Amino acid sequence: MERALTLTKTTIGKKAIMALSGVAMLGFVVGHLAGNLKVFSGPEAFNEYAVWLRTVPALLWGTRLVLLAAVAAHMASAFSLWSRNRGARKNRYAKKKDLATDYAAKTMYWSGPILLFYILFHLLHLTFGGMIWTDGAALFGFEGYTWAHSNPYNNMVIGFTHWPVVVPYVLGVCALGIHLFHGIWSAFQSMGANHPRYNHLRRDLAIALAVFLTLGFLSIPAAAMMGWIEPTTQTFYYPELEPAPVTVP
Amino acid sequence: MKTKNLTLHVWRQRGPNDSGDFERYVAKDVNEHMSFLEMLDVVNEDLLENGDEPIAFDHDCREGICGMCGVVVNGYAHGPQERTTACQLHMRQIFELGWDELWIEPWRATSFPVIKDLAVDRGAFDRIIQAGGYISIRTGSARDANETPIPKDVSDAAMDAAECIGCGACVAACPNASASLFTAAKISHLGLLPQGQAERTDRVRKMVGQMDHEGFGSCTNHGECEKACPKGISIDWIARMNRDLLKAMTTSADDIEERD
Amino acid sequence: MANTELKSNEPTGPIEDRWRLHKQNSDLVAPHNRRKRTVIIVGSGLAGGAAAATMGELGYKVKCFCFQDSPRRAHSIAAQGGINAAKNYQNDGDSVYRLFYDTVKGGDFRSRESNVYRLAELSVNIIDQAVSQGVPFAREYGGLLANRSFGGALVSRTFYARGQTGQQLLLGAYSALARQIEAGTVEMFPRHSMQDLIVHEGKARGIVTRNLINGKVEAHIADVVILATGGYGNVFFLSTNAMGSNCTAIWQAHKRGAFFANPCYTQIHPTCIPRSGEYQSKLTLMSESLRNDGRVWVPRNKEDVTKDPKKIPEEDRYYYLEERYPKFGNLVPRDVASRNAMYVCDDGLGVGPELDGERRAVYLDFKSAIERLGEDTIRERYGNLFEMYERITGDDPYKTPMMIYPATHYTMGGLWVDYNLQSTIDGLFVGGEANFSDHGANRLGASALMQGLADGYFVLPFTVGDYLGRNRLKDQAPLEQDDKAVTDAVAGVEAKLKALANAPEPTHSPDYFHKKLGNIIWKYCGMARTAEGLKKAIEEIPKLREQFHREVKVTGDTDGFNQTLVKAARVADFLELGELMCIDALAREESCGGHFREEHVIDMEAKRDDEHFQHVAAWEHQGEPSAAALHKEPLEFEYVKPTQRSYK
Ligand SMILES: Cc1cc2nc3c(=O)[nH]c(=O)nc-3n(C[C@H](O)[C@H](O)[C@H](O)COP(=O)(O)OP(=O)(O)OC[C@H]3O[C@@H](n4cnc5c(N)ncnc54)[C@H](O)[C@@H]3O)c2cc1C
Ligand code: FES
Repeated sequence: MERALTLTKTTIGKKAIMALSGVAMLGFVVGHLAGNLKVFSGPEAFNEYAVWLRTVPALLWGTRLVLLAAVAAHMASAFSLWSRNRGARKNRYAKKKDLATDYAAKTMYWSGPILLFYILFHLLHLTFGGMIWTDGAALFGFEGYTWAHSNPYNNMVIGFTHWPVVVPYVLGVCALGIHLFHGIWSAFQSMGANHPRYNHLRRDLAIALAVFLTLGFLSIPAAAMMGWIEPTTQTFYYPELEPAPVTVP
Repeated sequence: MKTKNLTLHVWRQRGPNDSGDFERYVAKDVNEHMSFLEMLDVVNEDLLENGDEPIAFDHDCREGICGMCGVVVNGYAHGPQERTTACQLHMRQIFELGWDELWIEPWRATSFPVIKDLAVDRGAFDRIIQAGGYISIRTGSARDANETPIPKDVSDAAMDAAECIGCGACVAACPNASASLFTAAKISHLGLLPQGQAERTDRVRKMVGQMDHEGFGSCTNHGECEKACPKGISIDWIARMNRDLLKAMTTSADDIEERD
Repeated sequence: MANTELKSNEPTGPIEDRWRLHKQNSDLVAPHNRRKRTVIIVGSGLAGGAAAATMGELGYKVKCFCFQDSPRRAHSIAAQGGINAAKNYQNDGDSVYRLFYDTVKGGDFRSRESNVYRLAELSVNIIDQAVSQGVPFAREYGGLLANRSFGGALVSRTFYARGQTGQQLLLGAYSALARQIEAGTVEMFPRHSMQDLIVHEGKARGIVTRNLINGKVEAHIADVVILATGGYGNVFFLSTNAMGSNCTAIWQAHKRGAFFANPCYTQIHPTCIPRSGEYQSKLTLMSESLRNDGRVWVPRNKEDVTKDPKKIPEEDRYYYLEERYPKFGNLVPRDVASRNAMYVCDDGLGVGPELDGERRAVYLDFKSAIERLGEDTIRERYGNLFEMYERITGDDPYKTPMMIYPATHYTMGGLWVDYNLQSTIDGLFVGGEANFSDHGANRLGASALMQGLADGYFVLPFTVGDYLGRNRLKDQAPLEQDDKAVTDAVAGVEAKLKALANAPEPTHSPDYFHKKLGNIIWKYCGMARTAEGLKKAIEEIPKLREQFHREVKVTGDTDGFNQTLVKAARVADFLELGELMCIDALAREESCGGHFREEHVIDMEAKRDDEHFQHVAAWEHQGEPSAAALHKEPLEFEYVKPTQRSYK
């Protein structure tokens, strides 16, 4: 046998990869939201949660590696299918009417990249912030919005009172919601998880999760803007959060 | 009896390598009881009378069962009526929508090259079936038909999938020109039945391999195919095909060859 | 050489042993020799598809042709009702003998007993074969196969797959065919139309085809040729057949020496949707089961024919079937129902739209059934038929009576074949609706699918093998592409097509002539025939044919995809066959089955003349349809003794 047909070569295999990597990322997103909602429990709780993450490097790096792989696989498959699907209809219709598909499904190739760009921005802001900025430096050139390594709470809450942070965030979260609305349902379908008895639940679950996550993430800037959560004047010092030197275990 | 004049924009293309374009025609005194194809017949008679070449389009049974007809009308595969092939579409449906102008296009998919005007080559579908869309049983070697009882719901489900007429509307309607609904319907029809179990693992791998090899797009779960399908074949079969393929490829001991 | 004595080659002895003994005494081809023998099969319907799959499986080199874009679209796909088989799963007393008996009787004693018995015998194997291929026949809750009764039979022996039995059976045969294409034993030629038969030293040795995509005319050489090209019902222009159904293959074979048997035997189905206008391109069949609950009527008074049927009071309705046939009422056989619809319309009582100055439709009314059983029951029984009716006509049959009218549905006539399904040309075999065998003068419901599959799966692979076994490769005259028999045939087809594309005074489309022909045949050689009418038709058809060749208009390239040219070539053949049909109908001075001569009736019913017409009429071509010579194959009835039928 010259070349064996392997799963990853098939379109269905690629969709399965997208589904699995999507589920991995979805898992992260859920955890991420759960952690971030700690912001409502006050600066101390939130900052200590950030510290706790650093104290379990296996978890942190494990998650990061899995996520990185998931993102890479998700993107590679998406790109491969996208270019294939474009080739599958070289001549377009003059008129084409959609009967079943929805906005979310049609914009996956937009919401995906938007999400990607947002994530890069988000990482630059909050994760790599520590590497780029030094304590006390004005973030994004804003008066009064200064970086503090040991105070992620403030880095976040103050950020959410500044529109250049809020606008991309809101856009990113909306893209996430829309992406998930189709993505979750689609993952069931791609993995062949269907049964006439439970099929209707797949859409319901997709809607519920997408709405819950979107509202959950939006609640934080909303609260910050409304003043329900406020920057703290307390000072924190956690060696785990201070920049140098970054050690890879 | 209502009659009406309609403006038609019909895709005319001399052959697979011609770029093609829309031509404008007026269909005069279209009668509401005409079928859509009969309306085209009348336009063609006029064209012929005037020494022009009639519009080429495929059709045979005109009863919605052979799957030979198929055009896109104002963006709808097989026209706007649900669960209806182009040959069974009647002009009263078009009148009711108040349409005076019709854009008539062929199925557009790279794997369905245009032969002429509205007629396309759907040989790819046959090749998908040839790759494994059968139960291998030599003539004369069958056991008594009632020897294997099949629960009625299983048999009914197999029939639901087997109703596919192979017209290609699913490909035409899919934003990705995917042949998943067609392929899944056949895989499910055979895979549901006890007789189809022996080859189930190979069948799904071979048929999906061929489907991909033909250059169809992938399924991204839009559901357009199901709505366009004149037989209402469900996209649940696509999920079933996915499950069968994932299982086959992750659990079978040996590989199958990639098509070339 | 041509078998002019019409030897049926039936085995003798007890009827139940004939096929078995025949097989035992036949020749076979050794497996390693099979791949050296090329078998051409024209047609991919139930008969052709099944034969191609089976012969491929046996190891022959098979070339299969169809004019559609895929073998799966052959017209067999359209059969709705079901397929008979003497399984006796219902324990209601069915048997091979009973199916045989019903079929001979149903055929009005004009078929060959040995063939029919074999058909009934093989019916059982067909169901086994189909089920193992994955054909999803209807089942009972216990998981076993369901049956229904069909066409007035006293037993339930019809197997069905919803309203798509033909589709499912064809997909079964098609999948078996696909398997052989994949295995490399069958080469499939879709979008190819057979235009001529190549006869070399008295034997059928190939065909000439036109590639419908690029217009190429090519010769294909083989050791044996099988035609399974379906019926010729489209000679009527309007019929329930698919648009592409044609007689070209069998007609050209006829012109090369194959006798044409009983061309006048055509079946008219009583429940079709009537014409709605001049533009009508085909007619749609509504299942006969509708007559179980629908009542057929027309207004008693001519003034009422345009009135809203719901406003016509009961006493002004003429339930003509119930009044004329009190015993069977609306359930009289197909031909009786059809003819009576024609009579009431002839009397000016027809309803529906006026076309050519006539109204040709009768009501099929479900009002009393709905009152009696409730709309839900009716919906359950006929829901999808009512839907189909509404889709086509725009009328809701729950509210207003359906309109129906008879339409041509099936042709019992076809190329003459012997017990081996071999025609009068050596090496030319014919199966399915294309041959004349098995159904006599009238076909029973659900038996065409059975015949197509019996021929394809079980008879032809065997009898063709016997022929090849007897005609060994080394004894066979070599035939190459440059042989005169081949080049002449190709040149003939090219010339014929060129002439059609370049008529001297191009004026009218092929359809224009086809419609005219259809009108003539429908009027004079349709449901009721008279010597006078037939003579008129025999006069008119050659004139129309002559006008056709002068005035037919074909535009576009001849060497490309050209549907007008394809149509013109088909109409040219129908114009010849139509004449032979009328000649045959005129010669058959009796009424039997689908052939009803108004001169031969008792009590308004068909009157057979067994003394003079208990034979197959097989016509030999002699230059012109009008010059055809009649040969008779006498029919013997050893088992089922002829009786006159009565439905009064
Ligand atoms: C509407 C309808 C309903 C019916 N319902 C029933 C039913 O319920 N039960 C029943 O038993 N019977 C039924 N019949 C009859 C039955 O369907 C047919 O008689 C039977 O299917 C014929 O099969 P076949 O294989 O002989 O031919 P077909 O299926 O007609 O196949 C003909 C094949 O020959 C090919 N061909 C024809 N001409 C050429 C050419 N010139 N060159 C190349 N290829 C050619 C075609 O492409 C096709 O592949 C019905 C018929 C109709 C019209
Ligand atoms: S022509 Fe057969 S399905 Fe439309």
